[in-house]
Amino acid sequence: MQWSEFFTSSVGKKFVMGLTGLFLISFLVIHVGINATIFADLVDPDENGAMFNKAAHFMGSTVLIRILEIGLFAGIILHIVQGYMLEAKNRSARSVGYAVNLGNRGSKWYSRAMGLLGTIILLFLIIHMAHFWVKARITHTLAPVTYNGVEMHDMFSEMKAVFSEGWVIAVYLLGCISLGYHLAHGFQSAFRTVGVHNNKYNSLLVNLGYGFSILVSLLFALMPVAMYFGWVG
Amino acid sequence: MEHYTMNLTLKVWRQKNSQEKGRFETYQVKNISSEMSFLEMFDVLNEELIREGKEPIAFDHDCREGICGMCSMYINGKPHGPWHANTTCQLHMRAYKDGDTIVVEPWRANAFPVVKDLVVDRSSFDRIIQAGGYISVNTGNAVDANAIPIEKDKADNAFAAAACIGCGACVAACKNSSAMLFLSAKVSHLALLPQGGPERKGRVLNMVAQMDREGFGACTNTGACEAVCPKEISITNIARLNAEYIGAGLVVE
Amino acid sequence: MLNSKIPAGPLDQKWTEFKGHCKLVNPANKRKLEVIVVGTGLAGASAAASLGELGYKVKAFCFQDSPRRAHSIAAQGGINAAKNYQNDGDSVFRLFYDTIKGGDYRAREANVHRLAEVSVNIIDQCVAQGVPFAREYGGLLSNRSFGGTQVQRTFYAAGQTGQQLLIGAYQALERQIALGNVAMYNRHEMLDVVKIDGKARGIIVRNLVNGKLERHFGHAVLLCSGGYGNVFYLSTNAMGSNVTAAWKAHRKGAYFGNPCFTQIHPTCIPVSGDHQSKLTLMSESLRNDGRIWVPKKQNDTRRPNEIPEEERDYYLERRYPAFGNLVPRDVASRAAKERCDAGYGVGSSRQAVYLDYADAIQRYGKAEVNKRNIQGATADQITQLGKDVVKEKYGNLFDMYEKITGENPYEVPMRIYPAVHYTMGGLWVDYELMTSVPGLYALGEANFSDHGANRLGASALMQGLADGYFVIPYTIGNYLADEIRTPAIPTDHPAFVEAEKEVADRINQLMSIKGSQTVESFHKRLGKIMWDKCGMARSEEGLKQAIEEIRQLKKEFWSDVRIPGSVTEMNPELDKANRVADFIELGELMCIDALNRRESCGGHFREESQTEEGEALRDDANFSYVAAWEYAGEHNWNLHKEELNFDVAKPTQRSYK
Repeated sequence: MQWSEFFTSSVGKKFVMGLTGLFLISFLVIHVGINATIFADLVDPDENGAMFNKAAHFMGSTVLIRILEIGLFAGIILHIVQGYMLEAKNRSARSVGYAVNLGNRGSKWYSRAMGLLGTIILLFLIIHMAHFWVKARITHTLAPVTYNGVEMHDMFSEMKAVFSEGWVIAVYLLGCISLGYHLAHGFQSAFRTVGVHNNKYNSLLVNLGYGFSILVSLLFALMPVAMYFGWVG
Repeated sequence: MEHYTMNLTLKVWRQKNSQEKGRFETYQVKNISSEMSFLEMFDVLNEELIREGKEPIAFDHDCREGICGMCSMYINGKPHGPWHANTTCQLHMRAYKDGDTIVVEPWRANAFPVVKDLVVDRSSFDRIIQAGGYISVNTGNAVDANAIPIEKDKADNAFAAAACIGCGACVAACKNSSAMLFLSAKVSHLALLPQGGPERKGRVLNMVAQMDREGFGACTNTGACEAVCPKEISITNIARLNAEYIGAGLVVE
Repeated sequence: MLNSKIPAGPLDQKWTEFKGHCKLVNPANKRKLEVIVVGTGLAGASAAASLGELGYKVKAFCFQDSPRRAHSIAAQGGINAAKNYQNDGDSVFRLFYDTIKGGDYRAREANVHRLAEVSVNIIDQCVAQGVPFAREYGGLLSNRSFGGTQVQRTFYAAGQTGQQLLIGAYQALERQIALGNVAMYNRHEMLDVVKIDGKARGIIVRNLVNGKLERHFGHAVLLCSGGYGNVFYLSTNAMGSNVTAAWKAHRKGAYFGNPCFTQIHPTCIPVSGDHQSKLTLMSESLRNDGRIWVPKKQNDTRRPNEIPEEERDYYLERRYPAFGNLVPRDVASRAAKERCDAGYGVGSSRQAVYLDYADAIQRYGKAEVNKRNIQGATADQITQLGKDVVKEKYGNLFDMYEKITGENPYEVPMRIYPAVHYTMGGLWVDYELMTSVPGLYALGEANFSDHGANRLGASALMQGLADGYFVIPYTIGNYLADEIRTPAIPTDHPAFVEAEKEVADRINQLMSIKGSQTVESFHKRLGKIMWDKCGMARSEEGLKQAIEEIRQLKKEFWSDVRIPGSVTEMNPELDKANRVADFIELGELMCIDALNRRESCGGHFREESQTEEGEALRDDANFSYVAAWEYAGEHNWNLHKEELNFDVAKPTQRSYK
């Protein structure tokens, strides 16, 4: 079997979706972990985002991580493009629809709305990147801060600035909720798609997936909220 | 069990043949007994239509005991109607009450084109089986049936997958019109048994390729197929199929 | 003159002898020989697949949307084979003997012995195909006893044995289709046989999607079209099961063997009203654990659970202490009818008896308590454990009962009543499965050959697969070896043209009647005549009346039937009309055959021929023959008798007391 055949088959395409999904999940773990360092402020009010800024600096200045970042972008783009192509193909498999739909009698609404949730996440991602990534990596328009003689971007202050506006908080909350539901289906589905078929593990993964999606989306959502209300910084 | 009679409104998809456009027609049926099966209610309606000089409604059905897989109505938004693990022919009218409106549509999927009214063409399923859903053993080649002991768990799982009746409810329910539950049931049945070993890799690759050619969608693990399957085929079979496919696709030259 | 072509020699050597000396067709010639297979159940699918494997050019036809739908799929209980895996004394001879005796000595010894011989190969073949038979923890095949036999020789796959075997054969067939050896025609119904120079050379079929008639040539034609139980309208057959293919063959010269031999299965879900379209069988295996009873009081309207133990009549246990609830099907069915006719029936229709699992639940519950070493188990606990065991063994059947009736059989005894299930009669065939028309074969339930006057449980699947996998591949060569010089006959041959015209004329005639009564209503009326007068009990007077009534019905049908729609489209009513017209003619022949056979045997019970205790009384001196009926024009048949010789299994009176 040719590689092209493998990756263009319906199962092969889904395999790519599953693999990139799992890769993005691993990215989320790192992202949410690093961002959670803003809560160090709660323990030490003088901290003022130092731990977070250092971590962000490490991510931005380490060559290996920058290379991985390219992989991350490739993964995201693949996930998005493949996702839309699959969605289009799947929709085209039924030209005449039903008058009455099965709805929630057979599946969860968010399992059926992965395309919509993904689109919301994509839109959110564009805003999110314009807020932080573009300024940090492209235009370098962030205020500087120096720790132990090393100058770096003051990402923490930028967050405070961005998260001072109500509509931004609303957009971020919508993004986080969408991510949570996207993960609630995607986490366990990805494992099935790459072939995990032992029921013992499958049920474990389902529960793990729910826990993960709640935890990750909650943590992410807490960041803008905490800054908006001044709990942090 | 108390029996009762009811009057119902039926909205049924009528379509003269595969070329012409279809539409819904509304019918009133009266004095339907709660002891009737759903298809017997259709029989009553059809007898009535014939007497009135109208065309009866064409629908597929044969064994009327839930095993041949021929009946195929999408009833109020659910393949085979409201009951769990059930076929249309086993659905009985006590599921409804006087005054109910019931909408009946054919299976909808491009790979299942409508032939007439509620009858669809499911020969794509046969072609998927032709692509590899068998063990190549000519008559007369077999060794003694007990020559290969088979782990009971595996035999039981193979049987559970083999219980598929090929009705197509999974495709009808799936938002992607995917045939993966059907396909995975056959792949699992044969992959779980040692007899299926020699053709294991080629089988899954060829069957998936055929499914794609037929125009079914891909699986997004929503679970709708499993929820409506009259034989309760588990979607774990789909995960097994994925493992089989990926395992084969990555190594077969 | 009938020639059954039974090979000479001792019974257990006949098949070996035949195989050793039958003519063969070389592989290059097989490619030039075309074989038509009508029907894709166990017999048809296995035959089409096996002949495809051998290299013949096969065309297979079924009226359903896929060959996998054939009604073999509905068989629940199992398939017999003389494997003796249980070391309980089974052998080819015992299976042969049980089948002959079970058939009340009205089957052909040589065929039945061959069936028993190849039964072992069937299991091997099916397992190799991946049929998931039930297994023990050690990984070896499991067996159960069935239908009153004393050995455990039945292989099964839960309650879906027929489904699994058919899917195995279907897959083998699909493989041959993929290889190009078999061309499959779904949604096609055979409407006539084409004969050229006395030999079957093809068929006329109707494409059920567009209504077009098609001509197909074959050097030989195999009818694997199943039984004709639907002549009774209500039966456990599928709605589409019909006699048309066999009947057309009959009208073209194939003799019909023992048409009156029908099997009434004792454990079916009773009729609930006039709307009833078919009946559902509950596997015979239920009689292994369930107890059958009726109230001792006539017209007792109490609920079953209100009737105390001492007021229940376990009539099978009472009448047949040796076999009890496990007597053969014909005996159990008649006993139920006798009780209901005498006014002891239960349920709203009074046409039902109870099949009760309460005792079995208690028995299994107590056994579980012992097994699990539970101290001081409460009554509820025992009942629950017992229900769990019953659920594991019979869960799918109990679910099916509940779906249909809405009653919970774990709490309330099931109501059952006999229903038409299988037809032992069918096209007369010789040892090679050829009908009286050269080149025309009949396999499986469509032929008459192996079950005599009563079929034992788990034997139908065995026969279908034996005929298709292991008999026809040999016997057809014996005929086709002489056909290698016959080139394919073009279908514009006058015989094809004429046959197609006959079919078209008949269809047009049906469509032009434009009467006032529906096809279904005629079918129901025919069914009622047959059930009342040619059902579980038959009398001279009733049969004579039935014949008159059927003739009357036929006239009415051909002058007042209403068929909507047109010929050139999918028209299920027209399909049904074609079938019912043939059922009407068959019904007449069945009554004539039943009238002719003035004895009781197996499923055929003539009221004039019974013992003092009301058991079936055979008349070996006068009726030890196969009645093979030759069609001789409207309402006319000639009887040919094939004497049955029992060299090995000497006829005795069956006793299950």
